[in-house]
Amino acid sequence: MQTSITNTPTRYGWATILLHWLIGVLFIGQFALGFIMVRLTSQRTAFELIQLHKSLGFLLLGLITLRIAWRIGNATPPLPASVGALERRTAPLAHLALYAFQIALPLSGWALVSVSTLEIPTMPFDLFVMPNLPLAESDAAESFWAAAHWYLAYVGIALVALHVAAALRHHFVLRDSVLTRMITPSSGGE
Amino acid sequence: MHARILGFAAFAACLAVPAAAAVALSDAAGSYTVSPAGSSIHFTIGKAGGGGFDGAFARFKGTIRIDNGDVGRSKVDLTIYPESVGTGQSRIDAFLRSDAVFDAANSPEIQFRSTSVTRTGDTSALVTGRLTARGKTFAEKFTAELDGLKGGTIKFHVTGKVLRSRYGMDVGTPLYSNVVDFDMTLTGKRG
Ligand code: HEM
Ligand code: HEM
Repeated sequence: MQTSITNTPTRYGWATILLHWLIGVLFIGQFALGFIMVRLTSQRTAFELIQLHKSLGFLLLGLITLRIAWRIGNATPPLPASVGALERRTAPLAHLALYAFQIALPLSGWALVSVSTLEIPTMPFDLFVMPNLPLAESDAAESFWAAAHWYLAYVGIALVALHVAAALRHHFVLRDSVLTRMITPSSGGE
Repeated sequence: MHARILGFAAFAACLAVPAAAAVALSDAAGSYTVSPAGSSIHFTIGKAGGGGFDGAFARFKGTIRIDNGDVGRSKVDLTIYPESVGTGQSRIDAFLRSDAVFDAANSPEIQFRSTSVTRTGDTSALVTGRLTARGKTFAEKFTAELDGLKGGTIKFHVTGKVLRSRYGMDVGTPLYSNVVDFDMTLTGKRG
């Protein structure tokens, strides 16, 4: 069976599926890592995990940019006919909001490290020095972006929880193809 | 033209200084206590992407003994209290004092004990010794330059590089260099 890279009129191709799950795992992982790293007593471990959180955040930003470009350049299969009118209207809005959080979170984190008076450099995976965003550094700006990043993370993860609940409802309650088509790629013949 | 005049001035200065210094060093023999008032211990660590990170220790004590006749038998002892580290940024100071770096609560002293002093010029010497921090001891070298001798007060400018990873303080490499550049002014009072 030949699988399709691109989406087809009724199904997702494997590029969309791969990016969705890769980003899904990284996004939830980033939330967990962020949550843990600011609550540790070992300052050394905290420092190292924050550097990892920044590296993964930039990896995420790259993957998300790729994903959005792929989304724009590809047809999106419509929802199965059984999906109700309300969800037909809200699902695209929820997905749009998810895209917005995926972009806003890494950007707010980048702004936070850029304005921080600690001036800690960012080196994704120790490979190269990531420049700071051109924002003025101050304690006030740092508090602002830390709060923004915090709110975006918590509202974002709440939205993801809702998204996951909706996917599970489709699979276990409505028993339609919404979850499975995000798992098995189109075989091209549809 | 300008360069010629400068060159000549420098040459003249070279001739004049060693003579004065040679006298100074033999006059310098004796025991000195490091006086915090005229002394400072600064350090700099380079940062990825340029720039660096500066700090200083506010509290330390030490003695300098310059042997009469044989500079090689001179001795330097220095004890630094890492609790007193200051960088101008209180969050960084707290990080440095914590077990991530100095672990000042469990290792309250950083000690340097010289093992040999080798004269490298009329006013300079290479000081080798054992540096102990966080329970680890390694040989380190510092360059000491005589900066003045007046009455019972002697002043040295001391510089040297220390690899922090050897002392269990490698946190933050390679974002922050492993090399710590020390720049100290040690003023000793006779007696
Ligand atoms: C780990 C649990 C997750 C499950 C079970 C899940 C499930 C799904 C399913 C079944 C779809 C297809 C919906 C459709 O066909 O219209 C989908 C789409 C989507 N998911 Fe997830 N997802 C998860 C995590 C995430 C995360 C963490 C994010 C991002 C923060 C995310 C963002 C999206 C977006 C933006 C879409 C829409 C794709 C598009 O059509 O443009 N998902 N998800
Ligand atoms: C370029 C990407 C990112 C960078 C540079 C970044 C940076 C940071 C930094 C520096 C902190 C520490 C804030 C503090 O001092 O309290 C932090 C916290 C956090 N980040 Fe990120 N972040 C990024 C992406 C993300 C993403 C994608 C998420 C996903 C949800 C996330 C979730 C969190 C969470 C949950 C915290 C802890 C907030 C708290 O409980 O106080 N970050 N982030």
